[in-house]
Amino acid sequence: MSKGKFGAYGGQFAPETLMPALKELEAAYAGCRRDRAFKEELDYLLREFAGRPTPLYLAKNISGECGARIYLKREDLVHGGAHKLNNTLGQVLLARRMGKKRVIAETGAGQHGVATAIACSALGLSCEVHMGAKDIVRQRLNVFRMELMGARVIPAESGSKTLKDATNEAMRDWLANVRTTYYCIGSVVGPHPYPTIVRDFQRVIGKEIRSQTLKKEGRLPDAIVACVGGGSNAMGSFHDFIGTNVRLVGVEAAGEGLQTGRHGATLAKGSDGVLHGMHTKLLQDRYGQINESHSISAGLDYPGVGPELAHLARSGRLQVASATDDEAVRAVKVLCEKEGILPALESAHALAYAFKLARGMRGKTIVVTVSGRGDKDVHTIASHLGVRL
Amino acid sequence: MSRLEKVLAGGGKLVAFTVAGDPTVEESYKAASCIIGAGADVLELGLPFSDPLADGPTIQEAGARALAAGMNTDRYFELVKRLNVRYETPLVCLTYYNILLRYGLHRFAEKCARSGIDGVIVPDLPLEESGPLRRELRQVGVDFIFLVAETTPEDRLGRILASASGFVYVVALLGTTGARKTVDPKLKSLIRRVKAKTRLPVAVGFGISTQEHVKAVIRMGADAAIVGSGIVKKQARGENVGAYVRSLAKAAKK
Repeated sequence: MSKGKFGAYGGQFAPETLMPALKELEAAYAGCRRDRAFKEELDYLLREFAGRPTPLYLAKNISGECGARIYLKREDLVHGGAHKLNNTLGQVLLARRMGKKRVIAETGAGQHGVATAIACSALGLSCEVHMGAKDIVRQRLNVFRMELMGARVIPAESGSKTLKDATNEAMRDWLANVRTTYYCIGSVVGPHPYPTIVRDFQRVIGKEIRSQTLKKEGRLPDAIVACVGGGSNAMGSFHDFIGTNVRLVGVEAAGEGLQTGRHGATLAKGSDGVLHGMHTKLLQDRYGQINESHSISAGLDYPGVGPELAHLARSGRLQVASATDDEAVRAVKVLCEKEGILPALESAHALAYAFKLARGMRGKTIVVTVSGRGDKDVHTIASHLGVRL
Repeated sequence: MSRLEKVLAGGGKLVAFTVAGDPTVEESYKAASCIIGAGADVLELGLPFSDPLADGPTIQEAGARALAAGMNTDRYFELVKRLNVRYETPLVCLTYYNILLRYGLHRFAEKCARSGIDGVIVPDLPLEESGPLRRELRQVGVDFIFLVAETTPEDRLGRILASASGFVYVVALLGTTGARKTVDPKLKSLIRRVKAKTRLPVAVGFGISTQEHVKAVIRMGADAAIVGSGIVKKQARGENVGAYVRSLAKAAKK
C-alpha cells in the first residue's frame, strides 16, 4: 500500500534500490521520536548552537504605517543565517544515530548546503553537497562557506544545472551509495518519509510563533505569511495552526509575472504530477516534461512543491499568493529602510505580500516568517537595482 | 504466458535498449531497425523524461537530444507502431511515471496495446505505488516489468515477484545506468534468490556493455542480458551499432 499521503499527494515514487533505505529511515525516525535522549540533544543544539528560540519582533515602524500589527518571526537570526539549520541538525543527528558516516545534500542558493555543512561539522560527519553548476557561479560566497566548514561541493552538470538537477544528482548519488550514505533533503519534498521528517524538524518555528503571540498579544495571530519554494519554512510555520482559524498564506515566486511563464508559482500555476519521489503540483508541459522555473531568489526557483502544501492548497486551508521579483526587491528595501533588517530575497516575497494584506487588516495581527537573512543576496539585489558593487 | 515470457524463455537472450527519437525520429527508427536486425531478442525503447533520476550521463544526454528534437508521447507511439508493423520482435517501453500520469494511465495503456508495446518498465514506480498502472495494463494484456535490486529484502522480493509478469528486471549494481568496467560477483546470489522465487525469465541490466559482461551474467544464471548505455553511446559516436549488437547477441547464446 502507498504510504505518506497528504490527501491525494505525497507517496513514495522511488527506485526499488532506495525503497528499503526509505523504510529503514522511516523506522529510525520513528525510533527518534520516541527517544527522550534524542529530543534532549536536539533541543540542546537548537538552543545553545543554533540560537533558538528566535525573537518574534514587532515591526513597529511598518505597523504604524499600515495599521495592522506586523510581527517578524526572526529565522534570519538562526545560526547560518536561515531556518535551514533547524532541519539539518535534526537530520544529521538522525544520520549519526543510524550509523551513517557520510551525509549528502542538494542545494539551490546554498543555504541548505551551508546548514548541512554546519551540522556535519558540529556532529563530526563527512558532508558532500550537490549544487547546480549554474548556481555555483551565482552563489560563490555560499560555496566557499560550505568548503570552509569542511564540506565538498559537487557540481551538477546535467539539465538546467540548478536546484532541480542538483536534487536529481543527489538522488543518483544516494542510489549508488545507499548503504553508507544519509541523504539530507533540505525541504518538505521527496519521497515519504522526507516531507514529514523535514516538516517536523521545522515545526519549532510554528510552536514558537504560537507561544510568543499568546504571550505578546494574549491570543493567536490573525494571519501567518510565509514564502513557499519547496515549502519548509512555510510548513514549519503553519503546521501547528492547521486546526485553528488563523489565516495561512503561502507566497510563491511570481518571477517576471505569472502571465509571462517565467515564475516559480507551482501551487498557483502547476498541475499534478510526480517528481523527485513525490506526487505533487509541478510546473510541466502537456507531456509531463518538467519546465524550468524562474525567480530572482534561488531558494524559490523550483518547479515542484511539498506535497502537504499541495494538499492544503487544494483543500482550501492554505491561501496561495505570489510576489514578483520587483515586489520582492522593493520589500527588501522597505524592511532595510524602515526596520533595519536585511531579509533574504525568499523571505522578501512573504513580506511583499504581507504589506499588501495589512492594508485590509487594520487592527489585526500578522506574523511574517523571515526565513533567512539577505547578506547572501546583496549582489543580486544590487544588480537588480542597477548598482555596481 | 505473455509474448515476452515466451521469447525470453530458455535463456541466452539479449534485450537491447535505445532512446526513442535520439537524435531524431528518423535516425532512431533506423537505429532500432538495425538493432532488431542484428539479433536483439527484445527491444526496450526509452520514452525520454526531462529528469531521469535512475539514468547515468549517457542515457540522460540521449534523452535530452531526443526531447530537443521534439520527441513526445504521441510521436513515441507512432514510432512504436511503425516498428511493430515491420518487425516481430517484442517492444518494451521504459519511461518515468510522470510521463504516464500526464498522458493518463488508461489512455497510455490503451496506446501501448494498440501500437504494439508488450511491456512497460517504470524505474520510479515501486510495488507500493504501482497498483493503478498495473490494473490498466492488465486490462489490455501488457506486462508491467518490476525491477529488483541487491538491496531488496527477501520478503519484499517475494511480494514483488508475486505481482510480476513478462520478465523480472534485476538491477546489476547500486547506482544509475551506464557502462562499468566489471560485473559485480555478488550479482550471482541475487539472480539465484530471484530464480528460486519465480518461473518468469530473469533479465539483468545496468552496467552491462561488453561481450564479457553478457557472458558473465548469463553464466550467473540470467536468461537475458540488458544492454543500454553501450548501444546509446555507439549511436552517439556514429559507430557500427549493428556489429556491436550482433556480437552481444552471440555472446548471450549459451
